[in-house]
Amino acid sequence: MINASLKQLSQALAARQISSVELSTLFLDRIERLNPTLNAFVTVDREKSLLMARAADARIAAGTAGPLTGIPIAQKDIFCAEGWTTTCGSKMLANFVSPYDATVIHKMHAEAGLVSLGKTNMDEFAMGSSNETSFFGPVRNPWDSSRVPGGSSGGSAAAVAARLAPAATGTDTGGSIRQPAALCNLTGLKPTYGVVSRYGMIAFASSLDQAGPMAASAEDCALLLNTMVGFDERDSTSLDRPVEDYTAGLDKPLNGLRIGLPKEFFGEGCDAEVMAAVRAAIAEYEKLGATTVEVSLPNSHLSVPAYYVIAPAEASSNLSRFDGARYGYRAPDYANLEQMYEKTRAQGFGAEVKRRIMIGAYVLSHGYYDAYYLQAQRIRRLIADDFVAAFKQCDVIMGPTSPSTAFKLGEKAADPVQMYLSDIYTIAVNLAGLPGMSVPCGFVGGLPVGLQLIGNYFAEGQLLNVAHRYQQATDWHQRRAVIA
Amino acid sequence: MLRLGGAVGKTFMIPYNASHFKTLCTAKKSLDPMSLTLEQVKRIAHLARIEISDDEALTTQGHLNGIFQLIEQMQAVDTRGVEPMAHAQDVSQRLREDTVTEGDRRSAYQAVAPDVEAGLYLVPKVIE
Repeated sequence: MINASLKQLSQALAARQISSVELSTLFLDRIERLNPTLNAFVTVDREKSLLMARAADARIAAGTAGPLTGIPIAQKDIFCAEGWTTTCGSKMLANFVSPYDATVIHKMHAEAGLVSLGKTNMDEFAMGSSNETSFFGPVRNPWDSSRVPGGSSGGSAAAVAARLAPAATGTDTGGSIRQPAALCNLTGLKPTYGVVSRYGMIAFASSLDQAGPMAASAEDCALLLNTMVGFDERDSTSLDRPVEDYTAGLDKPLNGLRIGLPKEFFGEGCDAEVMAAVRAAIAEYEKLGATTVEVSLPNSHLSVPAYYVIAPAEASSNLSRFDGARYGYRAPDYANLEQMYEKTRAQGFGAEVKRRIMIGAYVLSHGYYDAYYLQAQRIRRLIADDFVAAFKQCDVIMGPTSPSTAFKLGEKAADPVQMYLSDIYTIAVNLAGLPGMSVPCGFVGGLPVGLQLIGNYFAEGQLLNVAHRYQQATDWHQRRAVIA
Repeated sequence: MLRLGGAVGKTFMIPYNASHFKTLCTAKKSLDPMSLTLEQVKRIAHLARIEISDDEALTTQGHLNGIFQLIEQMQAVDTRGVEPMAHAQDVSQRLREDTVTEGDRRSAYQAVAPDVEAGLYLVPKVIE
């Protein structure tokens, strides 16, 4: 059961081979045993989980269950969940018990009947690529406990990779679903911007943030995505479009699929063995009937610089709400209001969050706005236009997800710029607002490698199909980390 | 800043907004961020309402200058005539009817506040 797919779990629950309470207990026991080493979860509440499991069992008994009712899942601690401590990996919210549900939480639990196993560790306010900026300490990669799981959805990735949960949610502002998925041998999907509601998902960079599933396979991701998407009145950038069944097209043959290979993704800057694994995956796609074409994303080298203006600018605005007045941490000692703000924020935020708030405050300030913020937005347009041109020649774009396999804990922590460059292949996708995936495609020195798939707007179904067919022909995604 | 009311020794108000940014902003308009001085770093921290010690300011100065060196690559690109892109889908903001759509959950929301009284958020006195 620990390694079963969501479809298998769904069938087992429907056939009453196992109850949701039994299944949830199995995973809760595993969390209790293994989480002290991995630090993947920051909040576990057995009673709450079992309450949800009992409700799911009642729905199954009453014949009102959906396909995922009763299946346990781990929730990234960026989603507000009523009655659950929701920390966003920060001291600022270490005491925050959410009074409401994020739309994703409501849809997955109240509507679809999934059972929450708890909240997973993450980089503070989703700012990081290694999970080392979390106030609750780093998460360890199940494939090698001396290495990072990636970030910012590092706890979700480690939880699923170590089978502490059958699946998890993540959020992706610059690669935070895809990069940890790659580093932990998972399948992860960042949908088109606007497809999944951001309501109740603690905001980092609002024009880039998007939630998505992280799981063992494309099929699992498709099932989860079905429960997450949909128009939401409460998210001003939510898109009102027809509902799709993302499992419907999974088996379509790939004959004639045109794969675009951006020459900028296949040049220098990527580990040679990682690149060899990516090229082998593309050769596998050719066997499955796809053809390849070289495309160009000439402005992609500007994606990291533009991102580190736009994301901090939005973050500095979003995080101004943490002031010690209405929720979260308040400094114990202050002489006046200004000190209350300054001490609360100095003590409540970690170093990386402060850096990004300060970059944002600077690039938005009078005299610098045009040179930095507007210039970054113009470059964002150039980057998005590159993709529009590339998709005239191809159906999907492929390349590496991350330039290296999982790095060592502490290896990049001292140098923010080195850390930022680990998202060099993923950030352009967020700037353009496109859907992207990472799919396991091999190992280098025992560590997983991810293949990135980038689709056109609203091509989630196609990406899942392209990933699923590959997973029918290969078994990389079925390899499991050996946990001591 | 908006003052909402008062009680003995306390003032109720909405937290700071960004309207002070322009007036508080650094006087130097050098576009060479390599010259981001310690003084500027401290001023940015103040704008962001983050208390910073001299030691922290020094470390931060190094980090910020490294990051701005990365960002600086943008300046070489000619973007004349390119429309800034604020949102991935370029859709305009949706409007809704100006009516109450949410229920009253004040007590639930204030239950997580550091200090409240009579339905108001308490902060240190700002006006004598």
